[in-house]
Amino acid sequence: MKVKLPLTREVVEELNIGDVLELTGYLYTARDAAHKRMVETIERGGKPPIELDNQTIFYAAPCPAPPDKPIGSIGPTTSVRMDPYVETLLKEGLIAMIGKGDRSYYIPPLMKKYKAVYLLGLGGAAAIMARKVKEAREIAYVDLGAESIKELYVENLKVIVGIDTKGRILQEEGIAKYRKI
Amino acid sequence: MITSNHLGGMEMRKIRTEELIPIIKELCKKACYELENELVDKLKESFEEEESELGKEVLDELIENAEYAKENQVASCQDTGITVVHMEIGQEVVWEGMYLYDAVNEGVRQGYEEGYLRKSVVGDPLIRENTGDNTPAVIRTDIVEGDKVKIVVMPKGAGSENMSRLKMLTPADGSEGVKSFVLETIRLAGGKACPPLIVGVGIGGTMDYAAWLSKRALQRPLGEANKAEHLKKLELELLEEINKTGIGPLGLGGTVTALDVNIEAFPCHIASLPVAVNLQCNSSRHAVVTI
Ligand code: SF4
Repeated sequence: MKVKLPLTREVVEELNIGDVLELTGYLYTARDAAHKRMVETIERGGKPPIELDNQTIFYAAPCPAPPDKPIGSIGPTTSVRMDPYVETLLKEGLIAMIGKGDRSYYIPPLMKKYKAVYLLGLGGAAAIMARKVKEAREIAYVDLGAESIKELYVENLKVIVGIDTKGRILQEEGIAKYRKI
Repeated sequence: MITSNHLGGMEMRKIRTEELIPIIKELCKKACYELENELVDKLKESFEEEESELGKEVLDELIENAEYAKENQVASCQDTGITVVHMEIGQEVVWEGMYLYDAVNEGVRQGYEEGYLRKSVVGDPLIRENTGDNTPAVIRTDIVEGDKVKIVVMPKGAGSENMSRLKMLTPADGSEGVKSFVLETIRLAGGKACPPLIVGVGIGGTMDYAAWLSKRALQRPLGEANKAEHLKKLELELLEEINKTGIGPLGLGGTVTALDVNIEAFPCHIASLPVAVNLQCNSSRHAVVTI
């Protein structure tokens, strides 16, 4: 299913776990260190360096860009490490996160409450994910190197809905279906 | 004091450590760009076996990714790891020049810089400042017979490394204890370790040695079984059971959770049964050369 970024609450509410989406538009990268800083800033009453309303954050730190490409290989990192920061960012309007792996028990209810989605990137398929990135621009926390916040323009970036706004969890239902022991 | 190149009448082979720098550099790039053919073939085989449609779609992307990365000489995965370098050094080799480990680290530094690979190493594990060049590598040297040097470069991503575990079982736990610990590890890892996995299991030795065995098990060529019958049988049983967990490609549910299980064993104390499980993700990378 082709989906435009930024997402809207109407679109997000239509999504179901297991839907394969192709995203086109702008999104941001941020992972451990950038999350820590953003949340500390917000908790002190400050403004994060990016406007989060209806935005999508990709938990990723790419390889350096080769001379002829906008970005190096890029793929999702393990999401659970970002869990403690999620609600603060949802309150700022964050609408979607792209990462990999299961999340903490308290994340699905938050997706329901704030009408947001958790999307799964293709862990390990970083070379072809980079091919979908058409522009990349470092916009904040440049001192964090690979972990800085970048704005990416992606075209048809493939992701799978992992937790939807009903709070359903793809991994849980998928594994139960094939589990034999 | 040893002053000559003749030890006990044996001719020693001199190697300058500086010669290793370009070799290690190329191995770092090759490992990160090119997944081995055996792995890609195995992914293709598992595409046929996978029952879940979503699982198939994921496997298809992983195969395309491996082919694209190799063709375009770019990193197959963005996490180009902490660099594990394992050297088996023939005991007839004499090193000359700079300190061996400095040469290895220089090779890693150059490989990660020139190869546009991500630098993912922090200097102090608690202060956590990036060293900026992916050094130091985790280097292990073993002395073996002969006058050759085998070098294995294995960039190890954190996703799968973080889900690896070790436990000191009691001898009475036996192979059933090993099995349930391995399965528990696979379940806890779920999708975080980017399955389909290659599972390295080290049994025996001491705590640290079992961990090392489990990492060395990951260096074994795909599809090759342990030579001991009872361990080969255990490998097969484990593979079958792991694939019944339902975790599937990337943990989305499916019938292909692991591609292979490799067990390495070593004698141990009468009162011990150490077991280590080192998980390797779908982006299983290593490059090998013998000089
Ligand atoms: S676990 Fe492996 S495939 Fe997954 S992101 Fe890490 S290095 Fe890449």
